Amino acid sequence: MATKKESRVEVKKTYKLFINGAFPRSESGRVFEVTAKNGDFIANPALASRKDLRDAVTAARAAQSGWSKATAYNRGQILYRIAEMLEGRADQFESEIVFTSHVTPAKAKALVAEAIDRWVWYAGWSDKLQAVSGATNPVSGPFFNFSISEPQGVVAIASSDSFLEFIDAIAAAVVSGNTSVVLVPGGLAVPAMSFAEVLATSDLPAGVINILTGSLDELAPWAASHMDIDGFDISGIQKKKHGALKEAGAENLKRIHSFGSGKTPARILAFMESKTVWHSVGV
Amino acid sequence: MSFYGLVDGSEKSLIQYLDQLSGVDQVGAEARAAMLATRSIKTTSKKWAIETAISMVDLTTLEGADTPGKVRALCSKAVRPDPTDPTVPSVGAVCVYNDMVEIARTHLDAIGGEHVPVAAVSTAFPSGRASMEVKIQDTQDAINAGAGEIDMVIDRGAFLAGKYGLVFDEIVKIREVCGDKAHLKVIFETGELVTYDNVRKASFLAMLAGADFIKTSTGKVAPAATPPVVLVMLEAVRDFYAITQRRIGVKPAGGIRTTKDAIKQLVLVNETAGPEWLTPNLFRIGASALLNDLLMQRMKMSDGYYASPNYVTID
Repeated sequence: MATKKESRVEVKKTYKLFINGAFPRSESGRVFEVTAKNGDFIANPALASRKDLRDAVTAARAAQSGWSKATAYNRGQILYRIAEMLEGRADQFESEIVFTSHVTPAKAKALVAEAIDRWVWYAGWSDKLQAVSGATNPVSGPFFNFSISEPQGVVAIASSDSFLEFIDAIAAAVVSGNTSVVLVPGGLAVPAMSFAEVLATSDLPAGVINILTGSLDELAPWAASHMDIDGFDISGIQKKKHGALKEAGAENLKRIHSFGSGKTPARILAFMESKTVWHSVGV
Repeated sequence: MSFYGLVDGSEKSLIQYLDQLSGVDQVGAEARAAMLATRSIKTTSKKWAIETAISMVDLTTLEGADTPGKVRALCSKAVRPDPTDPTVPSVGAVCVYNDMVEIARTHLDAIGGEHVPVAAVSTAFPSGRASMEVKIQDTQDAINAGAGEIDMVIDRGAFLAGKYGLVFDEIVKIREVCGDKAHLKVIFETGELVTYDNVRKASFLAMLAGADFIKTSTGKVAPAATPPVVLVMLEAVRDFYAITQRRIGVKPAGGIRTTKDAIKQLVLVNETAGPEWLTPNLFRIGASALLNDLLMQRMKMSDGYYASPNYVTID
């Protein structure tokens, strides 16, 4: 006979990928193990394959035109909405970071608060970028000459294992109108997939941010050589491997950058291109 | 008159023949098509499949907005799908509206594409709603302009009303117009035929009337060339071959956009009709966007990295 004290069976979360607004398993069916500092099992996130990367790039490319054509105001609103959702689930992110990054609860709390503030800081740039980076250039002739910054297209991100840097990289890439494919290593997979759940409930159009968990060493070379990726943020990859990735990305003149921690608008502009327009002044 | 000694062309003999055909097991057909779709085709087999699929594409543009320029561009692409790589085979045919046939034929001949036939959609495509005189004239015009293949639509309304004789006569008459100048493909618009039984009946009806190819759809109605429909049609040509010793071709059209879809179709052909059908003479794929995906997959296999649509032509 069952007694009242019988403990219930816990409903465990299956960690999957985030591609085109949906949560599919890896095409390869592979997973890897994330453990706590003491070796306790935490989760089995999906180990993404190069075909998952290909699918994510297809989704990002399809979403690119809609996202970049949305008004800066609208993009800012959606990114702010994401911050609202993050705030509501701050406790969950804190505990996941404590388990997977082995930091104290106080440190995790500060980290999550900082991450949310960073996200809002970057979101605010959406309708201010043109004022700062655009220009009316003086030319010798009866012409107006404008330089306007435009998003590059699809940006891949090889994130470091820090949640804060993960947030920085994504916010900087998508605020200008780029779409992104984010490669997430190791234990960061756990809070990263919770972040994907935040994105899925924030009116963010499908495909704008795609998240793949797994091995950077496996996926980064495929991302670097992929002809349909326009920019690649390799901040999460060791310096000694940068050369090989830059070489692989040369075929389609991919912009490959690496950034330190800290917030800067330069990081947004790194994945934007300047378009120059001439227009006659008239008489 | 006798057609393969099976029917005499009268409505009564057609009804008799078509009604004795075995029915299609809907669940079984769908399950088998789904099972065959899980076959994994890799490395050298995949390379072969991609090149075979390219040679089977009927590169199609059937838009109200088609211009002579667009048709010429399409013809150039048909002859040399990848301008950077001459080892890519030409496609099976260029498929255009009637009034574009002459432009396409002239341009193909001018650029060394004599081996690529022009297919014209005919008989009041896509609805098939016109008088017989108009349909015959439509077909005659296309042949006079140099069409080597005629893609005719059947009168689905008549077929669904049970007027098999009417549909049969139309196909026979268009077959006569084609003579030995043009191959005849008969389009059923399977999305409008409702059941697999109807698809099987229509397949036999068209084959008995003299079709060289049976084709699923116009591309204007969804669903179009779903794997189970193609499976049913491939079974029909297989059974027809067993009875008459004549091989009829199959052309799925509409909704086949990716290399994966195309390879699934090739698997269906091989496993249903048999490897004899794996040739552009007996199997074609009506498509426009598919060719770019095939080329991109081919680039991926030869270059070792993923390709971008920026490096293939838009149309």
